[in-house]
Amino acid sequence: MQPSPIIKMEQVVKRFPGALAVDHVDFEVGRGEVHALLGENGAGKTTLMNVLYGIHRPDSGKIFVNGREVSIRSPKDAITLRIGMVHQNFRLVESHTVCENILLGLKNLPTILKLKTAEKEIEELSKQYDLPVDPRARIWQLSMGERQRVEILKILYRGADILILDEPTSVLTPLESKHLFDFLRKMAAEGKSVIFITHKLDEVMAVSDRATVLRAGRVVGKVATSTTSKPDLATLMVGRKVLFTYERRGEASASPVLEVRDLQVLNDKGLPALKGTSLTVHAHEILGIAGVAGNGQKELAESITGLRDVSSGQVIIEGNNVSGRNAKYMIEHGVAYVPEDRINVGAPQSLSIAENLVLRTYRYEPFSKGLLLEKREIGSNAEKLISEFNIVTSSRDAITRTLSGGNLQKLILARELSGRPKLIVALYPTRGVDVGATEYVRELLLKQREGGAGILLISEDLEEILSLSDRIAVLYEGQIMGVIPAESANMEELGLMMGGALKKAA
Amino acid sequence: MTAIDTAFAVSLLAHAIQAGTPLLLATVGEIYSERSGVLNLGLEGIMIMGALTAFLVSFRTGDIALAIVAAAIVGALLSLIHAFLSITLKANQIVSGLAISIFGLGVSGFLGRPLIGQIATKLQSTPIPLLQDIPVLGPILFSGDVLIYFSVIVSLVLWFVLFRTRFGLNIRSVGENPSMADSLGVNVDLTRYVCVLVGGALGGLGGAYLSIVYTPLWIEGMTAGRGWIAIALTIFAVWNPLGAILGAYLFGGVIALQFRLQAIGIGTETPQLLLMLPYFVTIGTLVLMSSATLRKRVGVPAALGNPYVRGE
Repeated sequence: MQPSPIIKMEQVVKRFPGALAVDHVDFEVGRGEVHALLGENGAGKTTLMNVLYGIHRPDSGKIFVNGREVSIRSPKDAITLRIGMVHQNFRLVESHTVCENILLGLKNLPTILKLKTAEKEIEELSKQYDLPVDPRARIWQLSMGERQRVEILKILYRGADILILDEPTSVLTPLESKHLFDFLRKMAAEGKSVIFITHKLDEVMAVSDRATVLRAGRVVGKVATSTTSKPDLATLMVGRKVLFTYERRGEASASPVLEVRDLQVLNDKGLPALKGTSLTVHAHEILGIAGVAGNGQKELAESITGLRDVSSGQVIIEGNNVSGRNAKYMIEHGVAYVPEDRINVGAPQSLSIAENLVLRTYRYEPFSKGLLLEKREIGSNAEKLISEFNIVTSSRDAITRTLSGGNLQKLILARELSGRPKLIVALYPTRGVDVGATEYVRELLLKQREGGAGILLISEDLEEILSLSDRIAVLYEGQIMGVIPAESANMEELGLMMGGALKKAA
Repeated sequence: MTAIDTAFAVSLLAHAIQAGTPLLLATVGEIYSERSGVLNLGLEGIMIMGALTAFLVSFRTGDIALAIVAAAIVGALLSLIHAFLSITLKANQIVSGLAISIFGLGVSGFLGRPLIGQIATKLQSTPIPLLQDIPVLGPILFSGDVLIYFSVIVSLVLWFVLFRTRFGLNIRSVGENPSMADSLGVNVDLTRYVCVLVGGALGGLGGAYLSIVYTPLWIEGMTAGRGWIAIALTIFAVWNPLGAILGAYLFGGVIALQFRLQAIGIGTETPQLLLMLPYFVTIGTLVLMSSATLRKRVGVPAALGNPYVRGE
């Protein structure tokens, strides 16, 4: 079937400081094809496409478009080669009209804009491809689905033949997704090519002709959709990883520390992030939350720690309904939080290490008396925690910004864990941390479990989840797809659940 | 209406337009600066320096055209300092702007001392033939000076540029989302420089109007807060040059009315009360603008006050 492919990437490598994001990848897309690029978060899908779109320069490797070798230095080059990309976060000016957004940055734009003509052209284009949107509407008035159509029209208006869509259904309702798939098939039927980044197995099966599966920056499979199945894809995507083993001492107790009942929470864009999530964490237990990032993990952690409003449902800590309480209340009731964003949420960067170490407790004796802080107590507390948690720093009065990533995470853990918390919510606790510190963080969590804390461990590292957790819950699109004991978990099953293709009764 | 009433109304409205003209020039300038994302709080200083320059040049040379041009250049130069600090050096725009205002007021007071009590050439009115003979409207609208006509024309032109041309689309995008504009090939820094300089030149002209037309004398601190009013008017005009025309004449009307009322003995003890009006209106506008939906609807520049650093 193969004439020359429209896109061919050969042995493409892209390094970021400390990480090999794309590792000698070969990638091909044919004319008139919908090609799925499947993989977990951090597998390198977006990076690979950013290389094709000129946002990143590859460290090595070749790119061919229409059989001719090209060098793509910027999105402008990509657009000239008729490649267009819809990013996960739309790049639209909210207060401008649809038409103005489509025209912005267009070359050969006349000095005096012919808005009427452009509006008419956009209207025709949107009719032709059945992408209804009013060119005179302002972006902020539009739904996420409509904004996506604007992004697609922007690309089509520039005459693209190759469309790259990064996780396009993550902002869409099921009906809008179906509409999008119909559009993608139509594009393919017209001979245009579509590259479709996703981690959802159903979507791969529903819309693509072929799929390339990436894992940890490498291509681990190239399949024709008609000859594969969801379990096969799940296994490819998740892989079989060698497990470190950690010893889990002591049995989980029967008394729940945290119960989440039918929780509904909105994300920052005001869309439902958790859609009736329920789960339980017992004392002496680690409950791992597996799932691809962006499926409600952050919102789950924030609603339990009092940082996000709950639309409905309950958060119950040791039998008390605490939903709607603020972070201070949660701290006073023994909830510790290890946030995802260490720099902006975890620890104010311009405070000293000693100050950061008392941020949970500075309000109370012995660290403050009346209106004044007790500098001496704060200092000795810092000395104690710095040596106990092996924080490498020049002095307790050093500015927090000077710490390395691993030491910053140790500082946050020292602060959060030193008050003997009952419940620990840890969000990606080892992401971006070096191997030594990773081991250390994991040991710390296990020690807390042994000491009687209940831990909600949210991670995208399946290996970490499997080796630390007592039970594993899979979060997909704001719902728990099932809870399985870690001993009996298997990769295929987890992969299917993470891709939304399997739901088990709790 | 008696003939006396009509004459009173005509002279009141003509005065309103005169009083509104420096506000209009400065406001339209500030709109350009802010639309590109740069808040210029140096306007008061820029206006007073424009006023001093125009008076000084007119006094020394008697050349009124030269005086006007010089005021615009001085305004642009002062705003260049602001542009350099806030665009190139990414300094805090509020601090930089305030510094320029305080600097301008101080320097003009110092340099202007020998000019106090002097008389310079005044810009004469240039009534438009035929149009000036229209009853009522003629004396109000078509019997003014060139700067009045210029201020209206420039407002209309700048409105057109902002909303109907490629350059205007660039400006609005840069003020809204500079990183996106940058990724689409718009030169963010250059766009901002141009807008801030245009804004400064217009601010200088606004100042010139005060010292060579409105009160053709040099008085220390003669802008009397008009720069601040223009910044408030920018918000009142919701960053639209057409709104600026309305706002400037409305506030010009308030100033004119206050003079008239004082002349007939009303409010002589409390002229400040009327002068507070612009600020009340501004506070009201700010309260309205606190609604997120409304902000998007009118296009409040989302990146206003934020330096743009590539890759952040």
